[in-house]
Amino acid sequence: MSGNHFDNKVIQWLDDRLPIFSMLQHSAVEYPTPRNLNYWWNFGSLAGLMLVIMILTGVFLAMAYTPNEALAFNSVERIMRDVNYGWLLRYMHMNGASFFFVCVYIHIFRGLYYGSYKAPREVLWWLGLIIYLTMMGTAFMGYCLPWGQLSFWGTTVITNLFSAIPVVGDYITTWLWGGFSVANPTLNRFFALHFLLPFVIFALVFLHVVALHTTKSNNPLGIDVKGPQDTIPFHPYYTIKDLFGIGVLLMVYLGVVFFLPNFFVEPTNYIPANSMVTPPHIVPEWYFLPFYAILRSVPDKLGGVIAMFGAIVIFFFLPWIDRSKVRSAKFRPIYKQLFWMFFLVCVVLGYIGSQPPEGTMVTLGRVFSVAYFAFFPLLWLTSKFEKPKPLPQSIAAPVLKGASVGHAAQPMEKA
Amino acid sequence: MRKYLIPAFAAAVIAAATPAVAAEKAEVAHQNWSFQGVFGHYDKAQLRRGFQVFREICSNCHSMKLVAYRNLAALGFTEDQIKAIAAEKQVTDGPNDQGDMFQRPARPADHIVPPFPNDQAARVANNGALPPDLSLMTKAREGGPDYVYAILNGFVDPPAGFKVNDGMYYNEAFPGHQIAMPPPISDDAVTYADGTKATKEQIAKDASAFLNWAAEPELDTRHSLGLKVLGFLLVLTAMFYALKRKIWANVH
Amino acid sequence: MANMSTHTQGMPPTDATRRDFLLYATTAVGVAGTAIGLWPFINSMNPSADTLAMSTTEVDLSHIAEGQSITVTWRGKPVFIRYRTAAEIEEARKVNLSDLRDPEADDKRVKKPQWLIVVGVCTHLGCIPLGQKPGDPRGEFGGWFCPCHGSMYDTSGRIRKGPAPLNLPVPAYTFLTDTSVRIG
Repeated sequence: MSGNHFDNKVIQWLDDRLPIFSMLQHSAVEYPTPRNLNYWWNFGSLAGLMLVIMILTGVFLAMAYTPNEALAFNSVERIMRDVNYGWLLRYMHMNGASFFFVCVYIHIFRGLYYGSYKAPREVLWWLGLIIYLTMMGTAFMGYCLPWGQLSFWGTTVITNLFSAIPVVGDYITTWLWGGFSVANPTLNRFFALHFLLPFVIFALVFLHVVALHTTKSNNPLGIDVKGPQDTIPFHPYYTIKDLFGIGVLLMVYLGVVFFLPNFFVEPTNYIPANSMVTPPHIVPEWYFLPFYAILRSVPDKLGGVIAMFGAIVIFFFLPWIDRSKVRSAKFRPIYKQLFWMFFLVCVVLGYIGSQPPEGTMVTLGRVFSVAYFAFFPLLWLTSKFEKPKPLPQSIAAPVLKGASVGHAAQPMEKA
Repeated sequence: MRKYLIPAFAAAVIAAATPAVAAEKAEVAHQNWSFQGVFGHYDKAQLRRGFQVFREICSNCHSMKLVAYRNLAALGFTEDQIKAIAAEKQVTDGPNDQGDMFQRPARPADHIVPPFPNDQAARVANNGALPPDLSLMTKAREGGPDYVYAILNGFVDPPAGFKVNDGMYYNEAFPGHQIAMPPPISDDAVTYADGTKATKEQIAKDASAFLNWAAEPELDTRHSLGLKVLGFLLVLTAMFYALKRKIWANVH
Repeated sequence: MANMSTHTQGMPPTDATRRDFLLYATTAVGVAGTAIGLWPFINSMNPSADTLAMSTTEVDLSHIAEGQSITVTWRGKPVFIRYRTAAEIEEARKVNLSDLRDPEADDKRVKKPQWLIVVGVCTHLGCIPLGQKPGDPRGEFGGWFCPCHGSMYDTSGRIRKGPAPLNLPVPAYTFLTDTSVRIG
C-alpha cells in the first residue's frame, strides 16, 4: 500500500511512518472504477454522507438532551425552542434518519437489480446487511428518546417481541427494560446504545469499503473488468459525480427539513409519554412498515416474530439462492420482472403496515407476506431455468457484434 | 402479463382501503394561513389577537407550559408589556432564608403559569376531563391549525337520534363527536385591542394561529433560512453539474 | 485536486482554463458553504435562550449586619456581597494604587462604599476564595484567601499577593432600593 511518492516532504515523512496518504491515494484517488456506473451507484456515498450528518447532529443534540423519563420530552422541546439552532439540529437528525434509510434502501435494491450480492462480493453484501440491521436497531432506540406517546408505545410493542421467545422470553424483556415495563432505565440505556451504535456502523462501513475495494465495484452490465480500458480513476470522475449527487440529495433533504419538517412524523408523538393510555393507532416509522406488516400477518406471536426477522435474515443466503452466473438483471428477462414484483410487494406491504389491522387489510397482509417470501424460491427456480441474454464482450465495448464500437462506450446514464 | 397484475392489484388494494379510513376521520376543512407555504410567515398582529384570546379565554382551563413569557417578544410585545403580563400571575418560589416557599409575581423568564397546580386539580375543576396542554396542540393533532379551527367552530346541534352524554358537547370536528369542552367562543367573546371585529370565526382563526406559533415558534426563521440554504444549494449543485460535464467530457 | 490536470492534457487550452476556473469557483463556494454550515453546530453550544433569560438575580440586603458577608448565586457562580465596616473601607481606600498588580481605585469598584459586590471566583484558576464565614482565613489583607494556590485579596477584592493576575471582577448591578440589589 505504501511506496507512493509525494512531492511534499512532510507528507512523505508522515506517509513513510503511517501510510494514510498512500491509502487515500489508493482507495479514493486512483481506485480503478468501472467507467459505466450509472447514477444508482451514487447512493452508497450518499448513505455515507447521511451517516456523517447523523453522527454530527446527534453528538450536538446529545449535549442538550436529558435521558430521564421526567425530563426527556421537555429537554427535546427546550432544544427546539431555546438552544441556538436547536430546531435545525433536531429536524436534521429526525428527518436525516428517514433520508438515511431512503439512501440505503435504494442502495440495497440497486445491489439486488444488478446482482451485486454474487460472488465474489458475498461478504460485501453481508456487511451491508449487518449495517442495515444495526441501523434498524439504532433508529428504533433513537425513536424512543423524545419520550412521546409513540416513542413509549413503540418501544413497548417492539421490546415485547422478545417475550415471544419460549422459556426465556419474559426474562429477556425484563432485562431489556431494566424493570417490569418500559420506564426510566429503558430510556437511559437506549440513549447510551443509541449514542454508541452509530460508531459501530461507522466501523462496519469502513469494513464494507475495504471489502468493496478488495473485490472492486460491480457495474450495470454485471460483467468483470477485463483491463484498464474498462476503468477510470475514482478521482476526479466519481468524486465530482458523487458531489453532484450530494448537492441534489441535500436540496431534497434540507427542503423537507426547512419546509415540511414533520412530514414523516405521527402527530401523536408530540404528546408526552403516558404509560396509562395507549394511542388508538400505533405505527412504526415508515422504514419499518413492510416488516411490521409481516409481523402482524402471522396469527401466532412467536411465528410473527420469526417471520419478521426471517424476512431480513433470508437475504444473507441470497448469493446461494440465486444460482445464475449472470449478475445484472439487464440480461435476465425473467429475473427483471421478478425483481420489480418483489419491489412492489415491499411497497404494498409498507402501505398495509401503515393501516389499522382490520378487515381486508389482514387478508391482504397475509397474501403479500406470502408473496414476499415466495420471491426467494421463485428466484431459485428462475436462476435454474432462465436463459440469459448474451453478455457484451467488455465494459468498454458493451454493444454486441455488428454495432459501432466507437459510439458504444458512453459511460453514463445507461441504467 | 404478471408484471401488470401486481401493480393493478396494489392499486385496487389502496383504492379499497382509502374510503374505509377516510370515513373514520371527521372532515377538517383547510383554511388559509399566513404561515403556510414556502414564503409563509406569521402575522404578528394576528398572533397578538390570538394571545389575547388565549389569555382571556383558553388559559382559564388550559396550560401552555412549554412557552415562557419572554417568548412573547416574538409577537411584538415590549419588555415592559411582557413584564406586566407575567406579573399578573403568581408562582411559587423558594425556599427563602427562613426555609419557607413563597409566592412571587411571575417574571419574563418563567413559563406561562398553568391555571391548575396539577392534573388532578384540573380534572376536578373540569368535570373529570383534563384540558390538554396547548403548547404543542397544532403539532400533536392531525390537521394542525385547521383542526383547532374546526374544533373551535365545530359546536353544532347533534343530528337527530345522536345521544350526547351528560356533561359532553356535540362537536362535528372532534373524533367521536363528543367533547368535554363546552363551546369556548362566541361572537364578541373578546374585545380586540386593535379594533378588529371579533366574530366567532375571527376569534377561532386568531387563536389557531397563536397556537401554531406556540408549537412552532421557529417557523419564521426556518422559512427564511430555508430559502437561503436552498438557493445556495441550487447554485452549488449547478456548479457541480457543470464541472461534472466538463470532467466527463473526455471519457469517450 | 492537483492531479486533475493529468486528465486535461489532450484538451485545447481555453477549455482547460475555463474548467480550472469552474473548479476553483466551485471549490470556493463549496468550502464557504461548509464553513457557514458548521456555524449552527458551534452556536448550539453557546448559552441558550433560557440560560440567558435567567441571568439576573435580585438580592435583599436588609438582613445583613455590618461586617457580615453573604454569597448569592448569579449565572451559576458565587457572588460575594460584603457589608464593609468603616475600617475596611478606610483600609481599601488608603492603598497606593502603584502598589497594586491590577490598579483600580476602591471607589471605582463600589456603588455604595459600604456594599462590596464581587464575583467570588479566583482569577487564577477558578477556585472560590475563603473569607465569607467568620472563621475563615482572610489572608494578609483582610479580604479573601484562595486555598488552591494562595492568592490573597484585600477588602476591595483586589489581588495583593499570590499567582492570580486580576482583581475579583465586579458584576453589573443596580440598587433597586436602599436594601435590595439586582445583579446582572
